[in-house]
Amino acid sequence: MPETSPRERIGIVGAGKLGTVLARLAVAAGYEVRIAGSGDPKFIALTVDVFAKGALATTAAEAIDGAQIVILALPLHRVESLPVDALAGHIVVDAMNHWEPVDGPLEEYTEAPGGTSSVVATKLPGSRVVKALSHVGYHDLDAHARDERRIALGIASDDKHAADAVADFVRTIGFEPVVLGNLAAGAALQSGSLAFGAALERDSLERIVAEHARTTT
Amino acid sequence: MSHLTFGVDTFADVMTDHDGNRLSDAETVRRTVDLGVIAEESGLDMFSIGEHYRDDMLDSANVVILSAIAARTSTIGLGTSVTVLSTQDPVRVFHQFSTLNAISGGRAHLTVGRASTTDSFPLFGFDLRDYDELFEEKLELWMKLLDGGPITWDGKSRPALTGQTLHPKLEDPLHTWVGVGGSPQSVIRAARHGLPLLLAIIGGNPARFAGHVELYHRALEQFGRPTLPVGQHSIGLVAETDDAARDAFWPVWRAATERMALERGWHAATEESFAHEVEHGALMVGSPETVARRIADAVQALGLARFELKPDIAGLSYEHREASIRLLGTQVAPRVRELAGAMESASA
Repeated sequence: MPETSPRERIGIVGAGKLGTVLARLAVAAGYEVRIAGSGDPKFIALTVDVFAKGALATTAAEAIDGAQIVILALPLHRVESLPVDALAGHIVVDAMNHWEPVDGPLEEYTEAPGGTSSVVATKLPGSRVVKALSHVGYHDLDAHARDERRIALGIASDDKHAADAVADFVRTIGFEPVVLGNLAAGAALQSGSLAFGAALERDSLERIVAEHARTTT
Repeated sequence: MSHLTFGVDTFADVMTDHDGNRLSDAETVRRTVDLGVIAEESGLDMFSIGEHYRDDMLDSANVVILSAIAARTSTIGLGTSVTVLSTQDPVRVFHQFSTLNAISGGRAHLTVGRASTTDSFPLFGFDLRDYDELFEEKLELWMKLLDGGPITWDGKSRPALTGQTLHPKLEDPLHTWVGVGGSPQSVIRAARHGLPLLLAIIGGNPARFAGHVELYHRALEQFGRPTLPVGQHSIGLVAETDDAARDAFWPVWRAATERMALERGWHAATEESFAHEVEHGALMVGSPETVARRIADAVQALGLARFELKPDIAGLSYEHREASIRLLGTQVAPRVRELAGAMESASA
């Protein structure tokens, strides 16, 4: 359980496969959870009741307001629809990936040397962007929280305190946080890396990230 | 489980002969027709063909292949897996499938949805980011077209319809299912339109999708719709023994996942991950008894009314596909009905 009281609020933007799993995990870990889809909250009320009972279906603005951590779990090409001003000042977890079948080709993101999150950060000025919850499949997250041998989740940010706060969250929901260097270091967690889509323990993830850094610099 | 149906799904994936030599595109198409006929001979209820535009899948004109099968069969359902409605013109789709329905005596079915690959989008000039909007609009039009009669419709994705009636008029209903992956929104969309649900389960234990099935049934209730069936589509291979099945499937599975890894940045399968998927996951690979038990478990966990096996992958020999289909129809399906019936009695 988180040590602060009242309960810390997590705001999740995106009620698809990943967003609903994260909502369920956060509720189970004792957080107050708000989750938003792309439209009226009533459209996701049933989904939330089935997959993340205890979370509140809200608008994006309501999910962001007062959240200690905001998690972006919407399709990457919809980033432009986010309320930039409302997000400013918040710790914002970028859990998104470029998925061509959903996003189409997005050269702006795929060509960026600092990874997709470095581009997201430029679109969210004022936000404290942390790349996290992005490289382990939603089905693995769903099935392996609190395993005895914890799955390692990589975390990358230019903001150390934000990275630490997200590390606490990751630990509390039942995974092992592995803090990489700055936000650009998060490129080691993307498609093409052995870390992507893999459910690994700390040692393996650290080894892969180190190898990636060696071969790309 | 009084009415559990079994079918075969195929993408007319590139075939090899028994020695591993790749067959020509045309030969794969011809043999796909043969497999449709064999599916009926084996007692199966449905034969469905996908819609892709790739060099390793020859199903681009699935309705033509289905028509050839229709002419050589009399009872088997002729379906799609899936019709990529978002990049099609629903008016043309209606014309094609109403004609197939006429030829086959009412045996045409469609499953609409997102294909496993996205090639139709660039080929036909659509933007993947518009997928949801396109699919929603075209599905809404499709439902109107199924009603028959003069259609008045206006939208963004094609010219308006101003009271035209489409022909050939349907003599028998044209059954439409919605194919979904794991997205809750897609499940709700199917419920909203009152269409039965086909779950594509290609990784992980099928029981994991129990939440999606619960969501579907509760959404149907919320929309004031009657109960509708739920089906499952999975990949596999049936052979005389578990070892024979795994030995045949593993090399083509590894090659296919390696290809996908290059295309999409996932990981190629390892022997370990393969074994895990076969024993606990979504790959229905094994002897008739093994596959029957895995399917029966899924039927029980998800309340399935329909099961579709895809017994092929690019590079798999024609002979293995034929064997899977024959065993599926003659041994697996009856055994699943037996097991599912017993499970139902036990829990009654």
